[in-house]
Amino acid sequence: MGFLDTLLGRSKPVKPDLDRLFGLSTAALTLEAGAGFTPTGLGSVCFRAAEGGAFAQIQKDVQELLDSDEGPDVELSTDSYGYTWLLVKKDPSDVVGLVTDLHAVNATLEANGFGPHLLCSLVGFKGPEGQRLALVYLYKRGTFYPFAPQPGDKRDNALEIQARGAVGADLPFEEDLGRWFPVWGAPGL
Amino acid sequence: MATRTRYASDRGLTSRMLVTMFLLGLVYVVFVGAFFVIVPKWGVIALVVASLFLLAQYFFSDKLTLFAMHGRTVTAEEAPELHGVIDRICAMSDAPKPKVAIADTDVPNAFATGRNQKKAVVCVTTGLLRRLDPVELEGVLAHEMAHVAHKDVAVMTIASFLGVCAGLITRFGLEWGLWGGFNRRDNDQNTGMILLAVVAVSAVAYAISFMLTRALSRYRELSADRAAALLTGRPSALASALTKVTGEIARIPTNDLRAAQPFNAFFFTPAFGKGFSISNLFSTHPPLDKRLAQLQKISDQLSRGV
Repeated sequence: MGFLDTLLGRSKPVKPDLDRLFGLSTAALTLEAGAGFTPTGLGSVCFRAAEGGAFAQIQKDVQELLDSDEGPDVELSTDSYGYTWLLVKKDPSDVVGLVTDLHAVNATLEANGFGPHLLCSLVGFKGPEGQRLALVYLYKRGTFYPFAPQPGDKRDNALEIQARGAVGADLPFEEDLGRWFPVWGAPGL
Repeated sequence: MATRTRYASDRGLTSRMLVTMFLLGLVYVVFVGAFFVIVPKWGVIALVVASLFLLAQYFFSDKLTLFAMHGRTVTAEEAPELHGVIDRICAMSDAPKPKVAIADTDVPNAFATGRNQKKAVVCVTTGLLRRLDPVELEGVLAHEMAHVAHKDVAVMTIASFLGVCAGLITRFGLEWGLWGGFNRRDNDQNTGMILLAVVAVSAVAYAISFMLTRALSRYRELSADRAAALLTGRPSALASALTKVTGEIARIPTNDLRAAQPFNAFFFTPAFGKGFSISNLFSTHPPLDKRLAQLQKISDQLSRGV
């Protein structure tokens, strides 16, 4: 934020960076080769639904857009924090298709002026021993970070660091560990 | 792809804030000028003392306020819900995460302090957590995080610098005058007159800067409301939180309120009951209906798709 904005108490909404999302498809390959993690075919987009009719209409449009192509539907859910999740299900081998769908949701929201309301996108992976791992994309930072939940609201930090080692070179990784925000119970994990 | 934005800036608010700041600066210049003309030697001493006060306030604001409010920093394990809400606000607004604290009092309120984003602390009271639902809580926290992003602690500390200076001088000048400075005959005849002039100038500067600082504070509050409503996309949730909190505060006994008063500047809603109707000129927060009207306007903008 610039000096003038600070002086006048104006905060500009941060614009999301969508295109880096496509980096996920190559990262998925690397993660499989390097650490044995395979995609689950699940991915989700999280955004803050604004109040009012305009947003409700756009949300409906997005869902129809995704449902209209062949393949599984998208599922809409709301979490306890009041954020909305769109869960996209694809064939586990079709990571490219999954990422394209996620990007389409984001692009539609952004084109209608709700870009600042995007929170994150994530793609789920499964480890050789059944561990769960998600690569989360933070729009406002344009960075990725791993999230590996364990039962009882704990995080498997070792696994997360391992994932960073495996795909850190492929993706712009979030360097500030303080921003690896947990997303407990997120659809698509 | 052309991107539309739904974030129209509020020019009226911006220009009112600019005018206030300009006037404050003007009073500042006139005051300092007058002071150095009347008594050049004291001017320096008074400035140094006041600067020390302000520097202390500026650098220790986070610890001072937390200590005074009995706030306790909590980890993500202790308050997962609260941390979750703040995490999401940070991710949405691309802000570093502040420290999170809880104050154990039933007065529903929240405040943010700290001179920059890295030193920021956001504190809520247990009374607030008990009364608000998660979406309302998010609105309140987004409001506090907006104060942090707008660097309101720094801005208001600098803005109130003159007021503190002038207030100190008025007070010490008067005390000294009453001790005999006003009518000491054996000394230079002029001393009494000079002292009187100093006190008069300081008192006027204090009064004007006090009102301007309060006005500035009210504009900063409206700005923070606006930023919070746009960020969360739920102006109505913030409005309902405001209504709940101000309604509840009116029912709390006064001694509790008085204890909380010195910290009003960075509170979410000031801890005055509704019965405490002080003139709008002197309050640090805009009246509730004004805040609600602004939120209603944003809500309309969002739903019509500007």
